[in-house]
Amino acid sequence: MKEELVDRIESNPKYQELVSKRTSLGLKLGAFVLIMFYTFIMTIAFNKEVLATTIGDGVTTIAFPIALAILVLSFITTLIYVKRANGEFEDLTNEIKDDVKDLM
Amino acid sequence: MLKILALISIVALSAFAAGDANFEAVKRELNVPAIIMFLVFIAGTLGITYWAAKKTKSASDFYTAGGGITGFQNGLAIAGDYMSASAFLGVSGLICVRGYVGVIYAVSFLVGWPIILFFMAEKLRNLGKFTFADIAAYRLGQKEIRTLAAFGSLAVVILYLIAQMVGAGKLIQVLFGMEYEYAVFMVGALMIVYVTFGGMLATTWVQIIKACLLLTGVSFMAIMVLYHFDFSFEALAVQAVENHTSAESILAPGGFISDPISAISLGMALMLGTAGLPHVLMRFFTVGNAKEARKSVVYATGFVGYFWIIITIVGFGAIAFLNSADGAQYFVDGKLFGGNNMASIHLSHMLGGNAFLGFISAVAFATILAVVSGLTLAGASAISHDIYANVINPNATDEQVVKISKITVIIVGIVGVTLGIAFEQQNIAYMVGLAFGIAASANFPILFLSIYWRGLTTRGAFIGGFIGLITAVTLVIIGPIVWVSILGNDEAIFPYKHPALFSVTIAFIGIWFFSKTDNSQRGKDEKEMFRAQNVRANTGIGSAGAVDH
Repeated sequence: MKEELVDRIESNPKYQELVSKRTSLGLKLGAFVLIMFYTFIMTIAFNKEVLATTIGDGVTTIAFPIALAILVLSFITTLIYVKRANGEFEDLTNEIKDDVKDLM
Repeated sequence: MLKILALISIVALSAFAAGDANFEAVKRELNVPAIIMFLVFIAGTLGITYWAAKKTKSASDFYTAGGGITGFQNGLAIAGDYMSASAFLGVSGLICVRGYVGVIYAVSFLVGWPIILFFMAEKLRNLGKFTFADIAAYRLGQKEIRTLAAFGSLAVVILYLIAQMVGAGKLIQVLFGMEYEYAVFMVGALMIVYVTFGGMLATTWVQIIKACLLLTGVSFMAIMVLYHFDFSFEALAVQAVENHTSAESILAPGGFISDPISAISLGMALMLGTAGLPHVLMRFFTVGNAKEARKSVVYATGFVGYFWIIITIVGFGAIAFLNSADGAQYFVDGKLFGGNNMASIHLSHMLGGNAFLGFISAVAFATILAVVSGLTLAGASAISHDIYANVINPNATDEQVVKISKITVIIVGIVGVTLGIAFEQQNIAYMVGLAFGIAASANFPILFLSIYWRGLTTRGAFIGGFIGLITAVTLVIIGPIVWVSILGNDEAIFPYKHPALFSVTIAFIGIWFFSKTDNSQRGKDEKEMFRAQNVRANTGIGSAGAVDH
């Protein structure tokens, strides 16, 4: 890639907007998934009796809905990310491409 | 091509015949519906290979199906790569024996996907062409980094391949009464045909078909289990607790890994390892652009998440059904016939008789075939694209590279078959865990840092990367499983079964340290080049795919 092109893109406010918005979304959702997963793993490692608590009078433990919630929430985070990335971020990217068309 | 197809069918038939003669020794009659479905699958996939072979001409066709796979198709194919024999047979078998512990594995196997999406997927697509080494070596020394990446890829591919081969051999041995060696040989031969003739296009379609079959088959099994308990998980759990010798403790993490370090370490290996599996990473190059790459992860996460939910039901269903009076027929001397990995296979027989057993067996076999094909292609691209085309002969033409790839596929296939036979007695789940550990310690750190850290230099990546790889392998050898169980020593030098926590940390520190202390002119230039790489990673401007397709 030409030096001039890199300079032009880097100084484009839309590029800065794209990078900061996307990084912030990725970090937020990533932190959510990591904290959720490691809370689960740490509970297993240090305090697993908690997960043996049964639901109501049944035998099923709370460990099952928790596992299900982790699976479902992980999927939902990917949906949230792609909804924004394939809409808003993709539009920004296309605008940036348009702005530097003369150099490509 | 036709000659080879004919040869394969002869080998397949004669192997069945050989199995027929031996069936008394393995105590199971020949399952006709299983063989018919199995032959239909082979015929169908060979047909696809024939179609794909006509469309596969350039190196780009061979490695990435010309970049023409859609996000949805790729999502299914990625999910297919992930739903391997160890996932299907291994995790359901683990749940059947140890209950909730298997669910922990399932959860850990999924959480790597969102992380890949947020931090890797689109950057991989924007920077890479055929292999993940394209990204790691984007601004660094081609020779060093590609050699390192090829070592890391091959280590992961071979271990994973052995695990799948052993699984395939055992499965066919139990189901069809075929000799183990024949079974492994047949898997190897079919996989070589798929990959050499059909390249990525055939490999992807075999994977997609298999993913659909697997999801349908396991869904059906889960519904039948739940139907029996009026769709109440509680009723299923009550029955499972009643039938299992460990009673209530199967419904909680109870006996799972006694020390916290191992639990954290395993969680880390499964999560980060996913982002370092070469056969999964290469799938991001088969889609046209970053948008499709992102979509494919959403589909993959959805399919894999759903798969773990139904596998959990099937696993507990296996506890409830197999440990009953009717289930006694599947046990030989108190042990499940064919080993614990056969739990879901026996369950399918109990639920739907011979026909359903045939279907599920054919699906399990298809799973293995599809996964080994993807692995072989990943191994072949590491050698032909990274080593041959970028280190040995940088002026190679497209035809030469494709030719080398095909030769490599055959070699990888032969190595896989040989090792599959040699490692017959090894534990499959452990070898897959080991493959994940190496992927997390050797491939993931250099890939991640090359994308995000401008300070990374060739020296840091090369030395640090090898330190990670060597640490992971060494800690496994001196750990409890190899050192005590296989080598027969009294006490392990390294007390934990899963080394990822240590080897990943050491890899990151090593890469950081040797990059930080690199004051060479080359190092400075490489840091300079980060700007251009980062702009391309973020926008896709200048990316290879955008022009080609």
